[in-house]
Amino acid sequence: MTASIRIGCGAGYSGDRIEPAVELAEQGRLDYLVFECLAERTIALAQLRKAHDPAAGYDPLLAERMRAVLPACAAGGVTIVTNMGAANPVAAAAVVRGVARELGLAGLPVAAITGDDVLDVVTGGGFTIDETGAPVESLGDALVSANAYIGAAPIVEALGQGARVVVTGRAADPSLFVGPLRHAFGWTADDWPLLGRATAVGHLLECAGQVTGGYFADPGRTDVAGLARLGFPIAEVAADGRAVVTKVPGSGGAVTIATCSEQLLYEIGDPAAYVTPDVVADFSGVELALDGADRVRVRGATGHPAPATLKVALGHRDGFIGDGQISYGGSGAIARARLAATIVTERLRIVGVRPDALRCDLIGLDSLHGAARSGVHPEPYEVRLRVAARTRTRAEADRIGREVEALYTNGPYGGGGATAATREVLAIASTWVPRDRVSCRVSLEVA
Amino acid sequence: MRLRDVAHGRAGDKGRRVNLSVIAFDPADYPRLAREVTADRVRAHLADLIAGPVIRYELPQLAALNFVLERPAGGGVTETLALDPHGKSLSAALLDLEIS
Repeated sequence: MTASIRIGCGAGYSGDRIEPAVELAEQGRLDYLVFECLAERTIALAQLRKAHDPAAGYDPLLAERMRAVLPACAAGGVTIVTNMGAANPVAAAAVVRGVARELGLAGLPVAAITGDDVLDVVTGGGFTIDETGAPVESLGDALVSANAYIGAAPIVEALGQGARVVVTGRAADPSLFVGPLRHAFGWTADDWPLLGRATAVGHLLECAGQVTGGYFADPGRTDVAGLARLGFPIAEVAADGRAVVTKVPGSGGAVTIATCSEQLLYEIGDPAAYVTPDVVADFSGVELALDGADRVRVRGATGHPAPATLKVALGHRDGFIGDGQISYGGSGAIARARLAATIVTERLRIVGVRPDALRCDLIGLDSLHGAARSGVHPEPYEVRLRVAARTRTRAEADRIGREVEALYTNGPYGGGGATAATREVLAIASTWVPRDRVSCRVSLEVA
Repeated sequence: MRLRDVAHGRAGDKGRRVNLSVIAFDPADYPRLAREVTADRVRAHLADLIAGPVIRYELPQLAALNFVLERPAGGGVTETLALDPHGKSLSAALLDLEIS
């Protein structure tokens, strides 16, 4: 049996930096390189692109990422696992094969995993929306996507067939790591303690730079060196599931007990019950220990049987948001910005816009944490008024920005830098479907 | 002193639910965190920004607490009008809490 596996994370979200992934591929001495590129809403947006163009719907940076990392991965024997397939893993796998051929890597086996798209299952299936208790059918034509969070099983299958690149859709983030570890060590699908440990590794790595010192620096308090060339994480995982988190020597950032603690608890509710498609992971007994510079040992995670149902992300159209902004500076800036907010609010009433919700923020003063906290700090030299409103129609949303822009000649003196934007809201709700209603399929083809 | 003098933390989100970790720089300060930073105090400190109860989980071996709270209705990532839709900056507000 393999003694230990080196697995890296080359992206923590769709738009993440690419050079750290190249650094991992070239210098990480990796067995596996994972790219986690799907947030809750990303796949719904991808489904909209696919509806527009059946050949689209995968990650926009897929070809660029693959061009950057495939040469080193092929040379070093690094297998890639990614959910960059988004709404269209089959088309994404074809893109990867195309890039491979361009690079002289014909023969590379690339697998696409499908089956997470369960729109047909949830429509007319009597399922209930988790957040509201309403039937899924109540979303009507507004429902644009339904993707089940699938687990590691099809990834294990694809790797077993010899895939060197595995492209999934809505696989759960940690499952992208659980799959390669199960394949490498021969762990079974019901070894809950081992799957809990693998999930802890996946959870620590899945946001890439967030465990190597990204999103941690606070100057003078928690300084981190080299954030402009932040190294992405590597886990050295042993056959018993114990792991060390580290990064490429000489890269920027830091792996410390503090950075690992923050990431371990990131997006976690009850640490004893982190529900994934593979296992209900228990992080409540995890221990972290320093093992040299930029090396943290992880042990003590365990797990309990996987849930009988799979979570489904339902993407649905939910109106529009109009957003208008303008800046005021110098003495009296805040009073002028407040007057401007009053004017816009009154104008929207006069022109008949009836938003579902409206808010006026003074950026620099109260936009993040409300008015209660801003009172204890000195008045800023400049503020930026932001008026945002959610409306049923695009025309009404457009009106928000127009009314802010009109402050130039109709509002208080000294306003500058007005901007206006409107976007359609693609909201996400969730439901749960029985596992046997979701069947995944692996399609392996060589480049 | 303020919580940020002895602890660090990060906010995470899932829909309307937000979790805020609070982790002691020095494990010796964990008993102080456990005593001072109760669910009730967190709820009171962030009262204007959250809705519903605050649940606290304790992880003594990590010298960490994990708070789970809910943002007000309409406060989910995809539908909120807030400038910080995820509530990622909330952990900085919590770390301004005065403790003794």
